[in-house]
Amino acid sequence: MNDHMNLKTLPGDDIRQIMWRFSERYDLQMVVQSARGVARGPVARLVANGGRNSHEWTEGKNDLLKTFDESGITALFMEPEEGGYIAGPKNLALALTAFELSWVDAGSATCSLASNLALSPIHERGTPEQKQTYMSRCVPPQPGENRTPWRGAFVLTEPLPYVGVDTSVLSGRVRIAEWNASGEPVIQVEKRGRFITGMGFANFVTVAVESDDSRIKGSCMVILEETDQGTFDRGVPTKKMVHQLSSTNDPSFNMKIPASRIIGGYTVKDGVIIPNYSHSEIIEAVFRRTRVTVGLMTSAKLLSAVEPIIRYQRGRFRGGQSATPGTPRYDQGLQQKEDALHRLVDIWATGEASASLGFAAARHFDAFDPLEREKDTICEAQGLKGRAQLRAFMKVQDEALEYIRLTGNSKASSDPKTMGRIEELRANTLLHYSVMDALAQVICPATKLWNTGHGATTMREAVSLMGGYGITEDCPGFLGQKWMDAQLEATYEGPEAVQRRQLSITMTNELFLAQMRQWIAELREIDAQYPEIGASAVGKTMELWLWTLDHLQKSKDANGKALYHNQRHGVAFAMADALCWILASRFQIADTLELRDKGMQSAADPEGMRGFVSFFTNLCHVQAARAAGEVSRICTELFHAYSNEASASGTQIEAFTEHRNQLDLCLRGARLSKDRAAQALTQVMIPEALDYPV
Amino acid sequence: MSAFHIIVCGSLVPDPLQTLEPITSPTGPGLKNEAMLPAVLDPWAGHALYEAANLAKNNPGSKVWLVSLGPKAKLQQLMMTIAQKVPFELVAVDGSASGFTDPFEAANALSDAIAKIPGLDRSKLLVFGGCASASRDAGVTMQMIGEKLGICDQFLAVDELSTPGDGSLRILERIEGGRYQVSSCQGAPAVLAWATGKLPVPPNNPQVGMMNMRAIMPALQKAVPAKVGSEGVTFSSVEVPKQKRETRIVKDMPVDEIAREIVAWITA
Repeated sequence: MNDHMNLKTLPGDDIRQIMWRFSERYDLQMVVQSARGVARGPVARLVANGGRNSHEWTEGKNDLLKTFDESGITALFMEPEEGGYIAGPKNLALALTAFELSWVDAGSATCSLASNLALSPIHERGTPEQKQTYMSRCVPPQPGENRTPWRGAFVLTEPLPYVGVDTSVLSGRVRIAEWNASGEPVIQVEKRGRFITGMGFANFVTVAVESDDSRIKGSCMVILEETDQGTFDRGVPTKKMVHQLSSTNDPSFNMKIPASRIIGGYTVKDGVIIPNYSHSEIIEAVFRRTRVTVGLMTSAKLLSAVEPIIRYQRGRFRGGQSATPGTPRYDQGLQQKEDALHRLVDIWATGEASASLGFAAARHFDAFDPLEREKDTICEAQGLKGRAQLRAFMKVQDEALEYIRLTGNSKASSDPKTMGRIEELRANTLLHYSVMDALAQVICPATKLWNTGHGATTMREAVSLMGGYGITEDCPGFLGQKWMDAQLEATYEGPEAVQRRQLSITMTNELFLAQMRQWIAELREIDAQYPEIGASAVGKTMELWLWTLDHLQKSKDANGKALYHNQRHGVAFAMADALCWILASRFQIADTLELRDKGMQSAADPEGMRGFVSFFTNLCHVQAARAAGEVSRICTELFHAYSNEASASGTQIEAFTEHRNQLDLCLRGARLSKDRAAQALTQVMIPEALDYPV
Repeated sequence: MSAFHIIVCGSLVPDPLQTLEPITSPTGPGLKNEAMLPAVLDPWAGHALYEAANLAKNNPGSKVWLVSLGPKAKLQQLMMTIAQKVPFELVAVDGSASGFTDPFEAANALSDAIAKIPGLDRSKLLVFGGCASASRDAGVTMQMIGEKLGICDQFLAVDELSTPGDGSLRILERIEGGRYQVSSCQGAPAVLAWATGKLPVPPNNPQVGMMNMRAIMPALQKAVPAKVGSEGVTFSSVEVPKQKRETRIVKDMPVDEIAREIVAWITA
């Protein structure tokens, strides 16, 4: 592959479908087009007309709900038998929709997803009757049907000092109001919510509450309807400076409802109502999926910034006396300057890496969902709960490690005996589940943490590349608003500290680490074939990270305190941050290789396709070098900065330095890749104008 | 009510927001990076398709086919949008959709594809298309398709079609001076090349999309290659149109002012 092939145009749908693996899914391709029509039409017009300049839930914002209904965005979440049109897991479908909406305004994405979030507890853990009732009420009416669809809101967060970062403590309460011997118990629910999305128009809410009655055990989630007996106070709109196209209020509820509204149902034992699912069990099932979608909202912002920035850079001096047509100043504008180009390359590379990570996570959950349901069925049948379930997973741990090792090796060989063993192991649902779960528990928080956190920082860079224009309402692509929005995305559905906390635990799971070791082997093979993609740097970065983690877990600091500890955030959280860089780069390379492999088969313009592959390869190399630098910095700081002359042995220092030296050498050529990518930006053809209003 | 078999001839053109830069390629005239530019349904063909769908909806038993000549891969991308608009069955012909193809060759490929559609009832046949194309304004393709199919009743600048219910057609065509020519036609078969129509672009309907796509994907796989282009045509001279395009984004400009500015721009 010639590294100097030109990037002719910006990547279109055909390229993205291959990279993000939905070229065989016409249902998803249609969803993308549909969401795009809404985003670049009604949503963009609303933003351009100042729709974001109000905290109130205005008529204009409310009209978006109808647009979502008509375009199929609302029904996307439902199963065909409930009135939806896509069967099976929908993580990728929802991720693509949120990506498209966030390309213009992520508040609209949040708005469209809010009802889904309210339905998610019911979808994941609800009884069949609850699912049937609320899914069918929320599905938009079919032609000829005269019905107003229901909307929901998910009520977890409470006013300080309670739920926010720590979702295990609740001030919302539930107690028995009436319980006749022959009838169903009636429960009293009290809850104050804070920052609740969709509250301005919700007909029902799914609420997390703690028992305040010895006759109800633990916590649960319940469904409240606006017409239930009691107070359903929507509260005042939150004065947020971001995502203004979604409705956010601070509501208050005090209502009586039948106990059948406990999500997932309950059993009665010795006169005590025992909810089948605690609120923690439900929200874990919900958030592990929806957080991926939030991560992709920021990816969309970064990638959407590329075209407006190129246009701004090229036209920067036009109209002035010194820039006449035909002169470099007129034709290239700011793109004559290396710095402007290099910074844009960084933004694009970050956007690509974060999108690759996010969509890989969404696809992973699509594959994981049916397996999780199968696991639930088995565990229920065998009565495996709590510690018993953990013991069952521990039992399959060794075989799970064997499975990971064999699947890694099988890529190089097709030995029938090995393949047979893999099939045998894969048939064990608990084993297969534990392997996929180990990865899911890492890539979900990684997507949420890195895409939004580092994404917000990079978005600031995008704004700065537009000069003063960047912080105006008129900035093409709404970049200033997007920068602010990114900060919310880093916060809601679990702020960065929550994601780091989760990662600091899940990333030490041996089943995840074993998969990472397989990736190192894969990256070596990739490097042998495509040395220009940066695979060696990512592989060596993984080695350094693994070595450092192992060292930290076994070592003590100069004061004799254990280095790797749950509460030692200075160490564990930093390692979590480092891991995210590695993951993003790894999945970016995988997507580029997919394009390299599959793109040519369907390319309308083979030379153009080679240009894309070449450009994305350069971006991979740029990002790999950046990841190597970040991880190297973090690991070096953790290795050296907690020690003194006595606490680190010479052998350890030698080993660490060797890893670092090897990694440093892998950076060779990365800046040349950046130069090539920058050069490509000066030649790429862009549309005459942005395809949504400003 | 009468049932119609409505064929809509329509394909893709480059998205007008893209930078459309005419070039001379080794195979003849073309647009820079044409194969890689995103495409949209030709707006004139769009009028024809939406009018056809509306006619079919109001005349039970009717059916709509969209016969499209274009590169298969790009047609597939186009379908992801328009398949959600209205119900139709796709007949795909794999060939160039460039604005520089010879209309006679395009008409040949399209009429051949129409003639091969199984179950097509000539007594119910209405052939729709655009009176022109956004990528080429020769305005002759529909006439030639009609001739090839032996259809003499041709209406080539249609703005409105009404069907009294007895199988006959009442057609409004635009003529000079902002007036209409009203024609009455006893019935199918007929060719109608649409100038505008009166229907807006229908909203997306994912259920329609899913239903359409079940047949569209196999149709794309079965697309017959057609040799269309400008091979064998000698261009004694090709004049690249002088590009006169100034894209500006302006907010809240009154309509009268927009009109005044456009007239001044054209006449400058």
